[in-house]
Amino acid sequence: MLETLLPILIFAALALAAIGAWRRIRLWRQGRPAEVDLLRGLAAMPRRYLVDLHHVVGRDKVMSNTHVTTAGGFVAAAVLMILVHGLGLANPVLGGLLLAASATMFVGSLFVAKRRRNPPARLSRGAWMRLPKSLMAFSLSVFLITLPTVGVLPQDAGSWVLALILSAVLVWGLGEMVFGMTWGGPMKHAFAGALHLAFHRRPERFSSMSGGKSRGEAGSTGLKALHLGDPGAKLGVETPSDFTWNQLLGFDACVQCGRCEAVCPAFAAGQPLNPKKLIQDMVVGLAGGSDAAYSGSPHPSQGLGGKSVGEPSLVRYGTPHGTIVAPDPMSGGTALVDAETLWSCTTCRACVEECPMMIEHVDAIVDMRRFLTLEHGNTPNKGAEVLDNLIATDNPGGFDPGSRLHWAADLNLPLMADVKQAEVLLWLGDGAFDMRNQRTLRALVKVLRAAEVDFAVLGNEERDSGDVARRLGDEATFQSLARRNIATLAKYRFQRIVTCDPHSFHVLGNEYGELGGPDFNANYEVRHHSTYIAELYDMGRLAFKPWKGGTVTYHDPCYLGRYNGEYEAPRRVLEALGIQVSEMARSGFRSRCCGGGGGAPITDIPGKQRIPDMRMNDVEESGAELVAVGCPQCTAMLEGVVDGPAEVRDIAELVADALVARPAGGATTATHRPLAEEVI
Amino acid sequence: MRPEQQGVEVTVLVSVGRHPVTGRARRADQDARGLELALGLERQLAGSRVSLLHAGARGEESEAALRGYLGMAAGAGMGLASLTLLEQAEGSDAIPALAEYLAGAPPQLVVTGSRAERNEGSGLLPYALAERLGWPLVNGLAAVEMIENGVATLLQALPRGQRRRLKVRLPAIVSVDGAAPAARQSAFGPARRAELEATSVDAEPDYELAEWQLAPARKRPKRLKIVKAASARDRFKAAAAKAEGRGGQLLTDVTPQQGAEAIVKLLKAEGVLR
Repeated sequence: MLETLLPILIFAALALAAIGAWRRIRLWRQGRPAEVDLLRGLAAMPRRYLVDLHHVVGRDKVMSNTHVTTAGGFVAAAVLMILVHGLGLANPVLGGLLLAASATMFVGSLFVAKRRRNPPARLSRGAWMRLPKSLMAFSLSVFLITLPTVGVLPQDAGSWVLALILSAVLVWGLGEMVFGMTWGGPMKHAFAGALHLAFHRRPERFSSMSGGKSRGEAGSTGLKALHLGDPGAKLGVETPSDFTWNQLLGFDACVQCGRCEAVCPAFAAGQPLNPKKLIQDMVVGLAGGSDAAYSGSPHPSQGLGGKSVGEPSLVRYGTPHGTIVAPDPMSGGTALVDAETLWSCTTCRACVEECPMMIEHVDAIVDMRRFLTLEHGNTPNKGAEVLDNLIATDNPGGFDPGSRLHWAADLNLPLMADVKQAEVLLWLGDGAFDMRNQRTLRALVKVLRAAEVDFAVLGNEERDSGDVARRLGDEATFQSLARRNIATLAKYRFQRIVTCDPHSFHVLGNEYGELGGPDFNANYEVRHHSTYIAELYDMGRLAFKPWKGGTVTYHDPCYLGRYNGEYEAPRRVLEALGIQVSEMARSGFRSRCCGGGGGAPITDIPGKQRIPDMRMNDVEESGAELVAVGCPQCTAMLEGVVDGPAEVRDIAELVADALVARPAGGATTATHRPLAEEVI
Repeated sequence: MRPEQQGVEVTVLVSVGRHPVTGRARRADQDARGLELALGLERQLAGSRVSLLHAGARGEESEAALRGYLGMAAGAGMGLASLTLLEQAEGSDAIPALAEYLAGAPPQLVVTGSRAERNEGSGLLPYALAERLGWPLVNGLAAVEMIENGVATLLQALPRGQRRRLKVRLPAIVSVDGAAPAARQSAFGPARRAELEATSVDAEPDYELAEWQLAPARKRPKRLKIVKAASARDRFKAAAAKAEGRGGQLLTDVTPQQGAEAIVKLLKAEGVLR
């Protein structure tokens, strides 16, 4: 009886899955068109899965092994099941393999079940809780129905009752694993995830066969430019269908593992953002319906604006063509997502770094911010003021652009306008207006002079790099600033740009390139000052006296580390200074954000605690008396912590303090330029 | 708010502003506040319509500044998709053109900033317009409280946070200054899509302006504030105290003749009239 029933069941499930796949694909295709090389993507998919995805999954060894066993077992069992039971190739070798595959899968599902016994808060419950049982149902039933095939059991073993029960269990397994894969069950992640890897919006994120990624260690991290050419076009994302189709596909790939939630600084601070919930909100939007079935942690709520604290009682609804954020909070009405959720993000990319499905949360958030800023004029708190300042004065503080070099009045800095060319263009950044960062800049100038670097500054010709404007969603102001900066840079000759601001570093190095034209090449070689100082030290152009201070820890700026993959150079510089870095629990690619990125200090969404306070607690736990930083934003945020447990100093300041005259026999001594001697 | 209230036609006069630090063209702060006030009327009075009017030359810089006002219309839904531009040559007198246009299609309320950020910035435009049109003028407006049966109840801002409630028959001109609500953010998308409806008008050269000499303003010396207070209480009292007018005189219920004599007497005493 089973011989006739099984092919029917298997092919019915496959047919239903195909219909579901068709429907799901149509949901994704509601999005805007995107340029994707479909065939090349599909060809690259296995490698992206096996190498890049598992690089992320492998950070959790137990889960990684569980997934390999379960998923590997399932894929093998499914293919073999179609051959053996579907097409009736009842050959003992295939049957034996099928037994092995389903047994492997069963072992994996035991581990899945173990993890689900007492799941951490970041995991979603609901439908996901039945997944281990469904996995067992599938693997066990496939195993049992295959036993007669290989002759372990006689063909007509047991009664028809047993066969019927077995078939029922198999139907459950097939329902979850095959039917559910395309109709929206937990297994949807496998179907959508595979295609998401193939049609990813950042194909350059993945490693290639030749090894190494096409854009630096961190892969592709720059935001993509918004096309401003068509005046009639809607700017940014208003409804789920305004995302590109492969972004929608990406949202659908989410496995709700909550790794993003666990690392999100805004979530930890109690600000109303949970990246996992946000992605699920987008799934609700693209498929239509409500978030009632969502069973993970909500967006935190502090009970502001009439909402309840913690758990929101509100069910939210979304449609593919409905607005995501309610247009006017004053006139009431909630949409899919609150504006505060989008403005809580510090764009630290911790979620993207941790996401095993390679979902691009930050891109989606900035896309939605673009609509709020460019179409609605609704940037919260100081956002509008900062953007107006950027438009009128080219810096976010509204300072006189002619006063950009006032901090260096006594330093006699060479100006590009005078010298026309230099080996190094020192990009000052907007920290030039901030008295704290001016100390860092003076220290950096002292270091560069000590190493006899041929450098010059743009001075008053420099403008804000556009980082804040872009992350606040004001792409128009960003592109205006960027194009004018590119035109200025095109006037001069230099080998590389050095900056002490990782945000400028990232924007100049990773985001300007797209805006260059045939006239202006906007691909610059940009170094963070820590990288450059490390190079100078390696070349023997700097010498330091031994470190006499206390314990030191190092805070990785997001825009240097996760955005640009530079974790080594700052630590090398500290080592050269004779400092043994006492690392924080979260450092390197898992470094916790200081709270200063993405315009978050400007939009200032309230939470239950402040992000820099949490980071200073991390510093305190490391036992360090001093925290070395490499970013003006981090300096400002960490120094702003009341009664902070550690001193905050930029790497440039530490280096400048430790400078001693180079031993004789080094590079040629300075002749033409007096060394600036000063006390910082 | 009663249902029989009808929407009003509001025209906001907007100018090309000048950023105080960099001198770049922008939406003028006071005019933008005027537009904010007008947009706020929609909440009060359903069916109100706001239109924008500018008289001046059309250039790339001024157009970008004027579009700054149009960008405030995002989501306002008041048909603010265009701005009427009375195109004139540089250095023309805006007052006759504005007066003629307003007389031709009179709105019920004209809102304007108190003082332009460019050229003379004398702040006389609202007065000159009111004189030509024969309409009442209220300056320093803080809020429009109610408009009913062609009469507006307005709240006028006086120094030190004082307010005066006035009833004015429409049509009227009101001017706003820093006491009016701050302007909302201007959005790039709607600003870019909006239309500038330009009509050429007879340009009457501004002979007065031609005689003026324009130079960058110098910073005026500021008297240093010497803090004499010894305690926090003294400092608070000094900060909260009203300005003490000395030798002032309050005249009530006097004839115009007596009032004029008192003013002439004061001007002579101050050496303004000899």
